[in-house]
Amino acid sequence: MDLKLDHHTRDGIEVVDVEGEIDVYTAPRLRELLIELVNNGHYQLVVNMERVEFLDSTGLGVLVGGLKRVRAHDGSLDLVCTQERILKIFRITGLTKVFGIHDTVDEAITARKSEK
Amino acid sequence: MATVEMSFTPLPVHVRTARLVATAVARRSGVEEALLDEVRLAVGEACSRAVEAHQALCPTEPVRIELTGANGRFEVVVTDAAASAEDESGDVAALPGWPPAGNSTANGASAPPGTAALPQHGLGLAVIAGLADDVHFTRTPDGLSIRMSWPSGGAS
Repeated sequence: MDLKLDHHTRDGIEVVDVEGEIDVYTAPRLRELLIELVNNGHYQLVVNMERVEFLDSTGLGVLVGGLKRVRAHDGSLDLVCTQERILKIFRITGLTKVFGIHDTVDEAITARKSEK
Repeated sequence: MATVEMSFTPLPVHVRTARLVATAVARRSGVEEALLDEVRLAVGEACSRAVEAHQALCPTEPVRIELTGANGRFEVVVTDAAASAEDESGDVAALPGWPPAGNSTANGASAPPGTAALPQHGLGLAVIAGLADDVHFTRTPDGLSIRMSWPSGGAS
């Protein structure tokens, strides 16, 4: 399955919905979207990965790049993911310590709001 | 002789095809369902690295992949033809394609806390090493071979 991307604002936080496969072929589209959002002043991001079917290191690199960009503006990039096969990749690479990973978008937004 | 051999033009779009074929042959070879995601991801990482190396050094040469299910093991060999002078250093980190595109943090901005400890040769190698049951890197006169294997039911 190809990659589908959508985004909307909720409680002042930009939620990016990702569906499909994030790999060496599709990851550039996600990178472009994250760059566009940051360039448009969205520095609080939640990437909803509940419908992601595949994620490789290129995709991880894009997420790390997005995190780097928002942190340059004192922003945040949190993830929503409960799929074990996706979470495993974050654990292998040690990125569970880098990203806030939540079970739901509501939880991610609530956690982010409580830190403000 | 491999159960399935194929070669593909070094374009990112074909990495997905390689993943799908590898997963299908692994299932046919008796690899447990629980391991198929690991096979799919590790093969994708190896092919992505090869594609990026070829695009940098030999974009007209195909990437080769061999899939073999025999003697209780399912083995995948991804071979590139992207030999370069850097290869002679013996350092995987110097190979074209490491780190995979998008992983580099050496563009002037600081890396997020925690990511500095990531392997300098990129996330891809870390993922392969973490997923494959057995991994070997072999230098050939033409490039690099990544050999990975997992236990299987022994069918072919």
